[in-house]
Amino acid sequence: MSITRLIVALVCSVLAGTVSGEPSLPRVAQAAAPADDWQWSMPAKNFASSRYSSLDEVNVGNVKDLRVAFTFSTGVNKGQEAAPLVVGNTMYIVSPYPNILYALDLTQPGAPMKWKYEPKPEPASQGVACCDVVNRGAVYSNGRVYFNTLDGNAIAVDVSTGKEVWRTKLGDINRGETITMAPLVVKDKVLVGNSGGEYGVRGWLVALDAGTGKQVWKAYSTGPDRDVLIGSEFKPYYDSDKGKDLGVTTWPPNAWEQGGGTVWGWISYDPDSNLIYYGTANPGPWNHEQRPGDNKWTAGIFARDAHTGQARWFYQLTPHDVHDWDGINEIILLDMEWKGQQRKVLVRPERNGYLYILDRATGEVLSAEPFAYTNSTHGVDLKTGRLQINPDKQPKLNQTVRDICPTAPGAKDWNPSAYSERTGLLYIPHNNLCMDVQTMDANYIAGTPYVGANVKMKAGPGGNRGEFSAWDIQNARKRWSIKENFPVWSGAVATAGNVVFYGTMEGWFKAVNAETGDVLWQFKTASGIIGQPITYKGPDGHQYVAVLSGVGGWSGAIVSGDLDPRDGTAALGFVNAMRDLKDATTKGGALYAFRLP
Amino acid sequence: MPSGYRKASVTGLLLLASVAGGNAHELRVCSDPNNLPFSNSRLEGYENKIVDVIAREMQANVQYTWWPQRRGFVRNTLKAGLCDLIPGTVSGLGAVRTTVPYYRSTYVFITRPEAHEIRSLDDPSLRKLRIGVHLIGDDGFNVPPAHALARRGIIDNVQGFSLYGDYRQDNPPARLIEAVTAGKIDVAIAWGPLAGYFGGRQDPPLRVTPVHPIRDERFPMTFPIAMAVLPGNEWLKHEVEDAITKRRPEIDAILSAYDVPRVDAFSRLARPQ
Repeated sequence: MSITRLIVALVCSVLAGTVSGEPSLPRVAQAAAPADDWQWSMPAKNFASSRYSSLDEVNVGNVKDLRVAFTFSTGVNKGQEAAPLVVGNTMYIVSPYPNILYALDLTQPGAPMKWKYEPKPEPASQGVACCDVVNRGAVYSNGRVYFNTLDGNAIAVDVSTGKEVWRTKLGDINRGETITMAPLVVKDKVLVGNSGGEYGVRGWLVALDAGTGKQVWKAYSTGPDRDVLIGSEFKPYYDSDKGKDLGVTTWPPNAWEQGGGTVWGWISYDPDSNLIYYGTANPGPWNHEQRPGDNKWTAGIFARDAHTGQARWFYQLTPHDVHDWDGINEIILLDMEWKGQQRKVLVRPERNGYLYILDRATGEVLSAEPFAYTNSTHGVDLKTGRLQINPDKQPKLNQTVRDICPTAPGAKDWNPSAYSERTGLLYIPHNNLCMDVQTMDANYIAGTPYVGANVKMKAGPGGNRGEFSAWDIQNARKRWSIKENFPVWSGAVATAGNVVFYGTMEGWFKAVNAETGDVLWQFKTASGIIGQPITYKGPDGHQYVAVLSGVGGWSGAIVSGDLDPRDGTAALGFVNAMRDLKDATTKGGALYAFRLP
Repeated sequence: MPSGYRKASVTGLLLLASVAGGNAHELRVCSDPNNLPFSNSRLEGYENKIVDVIAREMQANVQYTWWPQRRGFVRNTLKAGLCDLIPGTVSGLGAVRTTVPYYRSTYVFITRPEAHEIRSLDDPSLRKLRIGVHLIGDDGFNVPPAHALARRGIIDNVQGFSLYGDYRQDNPPARLIEAVTAGKIDVAIAWGPLAGYFGGRQDPPLRVTPVHPIRDERFPMTFPIAMAVLPGNEWLKHEVEDAITKRRPEIDAILSAYDVPRVDAFSRLARPQ
């Protein structure tokens, strides 16, 4: 007992020393992460997307005593990918389709429901958008909660009444266009992007007036410069991104009109430069031989002026993507020393398996190191910024190609990492999957038979399908990692108590030591976890940790979608790697909130 | 076990199954409500008519569940227990059990009657003409002619028409065929039944020509079409197959009435040219 305490004290003092003694640890961009208010009002905690809280009541020494404070059922047994929000005395939760918004009163025992708002997405359209009914959460600003519905509406709800203030129809589900992302509010604008690239949707990000819901600007991800909002301010770092109307000329004629590049992931914002940063999804829906070229501006990162939407720079992570590597993952804004110079950077753990550090003023790639096993590429040429392709591991139509790593969901999918400036480590939930691809004999859709891809995903080297890794940003290397049986499809949250939280697809919610990766505590929730944990200070003055449990999403579709484990090619081949998930968990949809006794 | 006892117990099981199904003579079918010539909710499609024939032979009443035939169709319908039969799917489709095929069709070229007739993917004029094909985009896979064109370097003059289109419109895949009449494209390459039906109903009717070669590297241009049941539902599979065999002439007549181009024993197109 006393020895444990002593060790804890020692660890804490050593850590404190690290922080104060070596200012070289990368810092979260200050303007993008103001002093902690101990709430959780936006998806990534702050504009820098650190997903780090300065709360430290729960720490390495006492986290083992965490216990359930209250629970809440979302009433929908589909994949729960959202982060709950906490503002003041209220928690807000968005469910998967039908996208119900709940407000819970945190001042009362058991956190009873204050109100719920049901947007009633078009039920007639069920089946038109077949695959993905998840929702990645809401954002709070100035007395309103903003969120999106699967059928393509952005909605503002007054938190005092639970009533709709405005609703703007942005996507058309009849054309396969859906919205699953969590919006972000920057000053007086709500930023929303679309999903549905597999249906030939053209990607965009819009800025809506937060007061009225009216569109202020709209930036497409493909097409002529005027549609992409590329003008005189556009100064990309690499030559391959310079030129007129590359969103047209890097495609066959008109293919950009259905080119994908949807915007269904995360947005970060730097108030100092007034720039937003976000990624675009993969190109589509043509077979890649039918769309030769770099297919701008898909699978890359845009920096745009938040006020006008005008692009400042673009960097293409995966030119001419053939793997379905959407470039939509989270972007963490840090200030760090790089080769003796202080640089303002952004950090991106990318689907293609590389941890990118870019100068966020210019778009220059400072480093791109593999954080997971990959054999389909050979790194990034820092002179040209170009990803180096391994031709032996590209899917081919006329033969079976084995052991392509990583797979379509990538080394890491949408589920966000967390950064602690106490440790200088980025905590990355990710996959360890490889795949075999072959031509399938017969497929059939909308009355039309065709030959499709037979994809079988499987565990990568080591046999574990998931991993939770701590990545040392300054030294560009893995510090520690925890192997998980299933892909880690949950988000992460880091805390000043030096405890990091994440969930597994079996349903374990885990607290680990931020320095060592030792598992300090774990709790088995009712269903697999693919949600984003948060932490906040409750009305009682105590620290809470909360997460949604409820398996689903792409990786968990075998459970939430009742897929047949014998059909290994279902869910685009993911089912093959997830056959045993049905034995490990069942459907669910519930919030769990924890605190110390 | 005496054979009489076994027979009795089998009958008992069937009765139980019937009772559990709610109606002893109910054929539960999942189908697209808006995709002629195959099916629609007004029962105007040829799959609707063929289902009627099958059901009559089985002495069953048809009960439809309507669902757009897109990604997840099988999972959300047959696999979700909403129905027992999907009429019209490709023979050998994974994850389901398919019956014997009841026709085989082919991808076809659709041209205006006064225009040069395209018969082969190797026709040099395909390098110049404006070509329309359906876009599927299933993880980078598309209709076989699209892959065949790409392999020949025919890319810049190929235009994609969303197979799904705008679902509020009638029969969204028909936009591709209509584009030939409207002169937006010079030639469409589409799945036969769609082309035969809508091509024949344009003014003037369009010319429909089977694609050659019938197999281009790994990509077949012809496909056998069957009905699908759940794996393990051998009873229904055999009932449907018996009905297909017995009612063959009626089924052929329906396919003819809808101008389905066929490349099988009943083919009007397979004759030497």
